[in-house]
Amino acid sequence: MPLTFNRRQALTISAAALTAAAWGGAIVPALAAKNDSDELIKKFTGGKTPAEGRVRLDLPEIAENGNTVPMTVSVESPMTDQSYVSDVLIVSDGNPRGGVATFHFSPASGVSEANIRIRLAETQNVIAVAKMNDGSYFMASKPVKVTIGGCGG
Amino acid sequence: MAEVKPRIKLDRKQAKKGDLVEVKALVSHIMETGLRKDASGNIIPRKILNRFTCTVNGKEVFSADFEPAISANPYIQFKFRAQESGPVVLTWIDDDGTKIVGEESLTVT
Repeated sequence: MPLTFNRRQALTISAAALTAAAWGGAIVPALAAKNDSDELIKKFTGGKTPAEGRVRLDLPEIAENGNTVPMTVSVESPMTDQSYVSDVLIVSDGNPRGGVATFHFSPASGVSEANIRIRLAETQNVIAVAKMNDGSYFMASKPVKVTIGGCGG
Repeated sequence: MAEVKPRIKLDRKQAKKGDLVEVKALVSHIMETGLRKDASGNIIPRKILNRFTCTVNGKEVFSADFEPAISANPYIQFKFRAQESGPVVLTWIDDDGTKIVGEESLTVT
């Protein structure tokens, strides 16, 4: 059978394609936050754009309960007086407020790693930005799907 | 409010100098976000622990600032490098200024 479409079929197919495109966009959202997380990052880095990498963010892909989501952040770096991670900022781009926590490390910490439990109101990205003592910044972000929101709605 | 006693666990009581010691701590607290409303529509005021510090023998090894996005009964886990013996003191500071303090001892050989 030759592959031809009448007008109606063609419209259906293009509508389906459009829907797929829209969904695709929703699953991988552009870096446009709903809250003040972008500003918090800018304030933290003093306007610098953090480089990707060195930061590792461990979160469940799907959080069944947004009230308590375990999160581990670690930064690949020596922790000596010459070179260490000084601060790590954690923000989320879908909570009513962007800020989650800031960790302060020092060479006495030995390793820049911390684990806490956070609240996530809905499916969103969690972003970690690490500040090195030499003034460079690194970041990582991770999307988390939340089935039950954690803000007591 | 009754005195809150945090639960603190060090993964070892004795460490060699330079060892990484892991600290796990859990404290009972509502961590009210300040965004929720009660039955009559009034906003429930924010009450969270906004600051956490850990000192070993008086020297700070780790600290954190918390926002309302931290779960109720906050749990925290981190590590530090053992340098000298002394008390490991964990302090949480409430929005209203009260402090919750817990202490464990560490011997460094």
